Amino acid sequence: MNPSTAKPRPAYTEFHPRWYRPRVSVYWWLGEWQYLRFILRELSSVFVAAFVIATLLGLRALRNGPEAYARFLHRLQTPTAIVLSTISLFFVLFHTITWFNLAPRAMAIRLRGQRLPDIVIAAPNYVLWLVVSVAVGWLVLR
Amino acid sequence: MNRQKPSNEALLWMLFSAGGVIAAFLIPVHIFLFGLAFPLGWLPAPSYEHLMLLVRMPVVRIYLFLLCSVPLFHWAHRFRYTLYDGLQVKHLNEVIFTLCYGGALLGTGVAGYLLWRMA
Repeated sequence: MNPSTAKPRPAYTEFHPRWYRPRVSVYWWLGEWQYLRFILRELSSVFVAAFVIATLLGLRALRNGPEAYARFLHRLQTPTAIVLSTISLFFVLFHTITWFNLAPRAMAIRLRGQRLPDIVIAAPNYVLWLVVSVAVGWLVLR
Repeated sequence: MNRQKPSNEALLWMLFSAGGVIAAFLIPVHIFLFGLAFPLGWLPAPSYEHLMLLVRMPVVRIYLFLLCSVPLFHWAHRFRYTLYDGLQVKHLNEVIFTLCYGGALLGTGVAGYLLWRMA
């Protein structure tokens, strides 16, 4: 066969061919609930950081005396603060639940060759969470 | 020879994980009490004297220090990777790293200072 009529073969090159990598949209996580849930879970950390800042402000108010503490409590009563606290609580609860439910994946405990069911590993976390929460509430309210 | 630079990723991951545990167990009750229950009058807010009594105890100070500091490293890790993957801003890698962990260190410093100087 005449080489000039045959299909041209890809030329040999010493360079590595370019990979086919389609560009992923910046909004890839908006399309599917699974992806959105992942991003929301990661963003819960922003509310964790906001909680720490609020706590540091509270500690500063305590250090500055009773009037500063009263002002701090008053500021927490503003509608903005209530809305922010409500949103923060939802996000942090989302973090807590996803974190506890990941525990069985992180530690696969085997008993007599059988893997312990997820619930057996996750449940103690919830019990401990309840105990710790009641203890903190009791100490603060006593 | 393929020599890798020693990485601090393991330490940062440990801090992320520890902060995740502390945040999961402790932060919800704190937000519920101080963010909703006290401001909305569901429960009586603790007096200044009572909170000062608590904060003067070394155990409580250590508790508050850990509650403030370690979750910030949890935030730094998650926020860093959210910016990497979510917004694909890998080219700002070093800036983001510095701002996230710098912020966590700053918060740790402020917490340590406030709790140390709490009369």
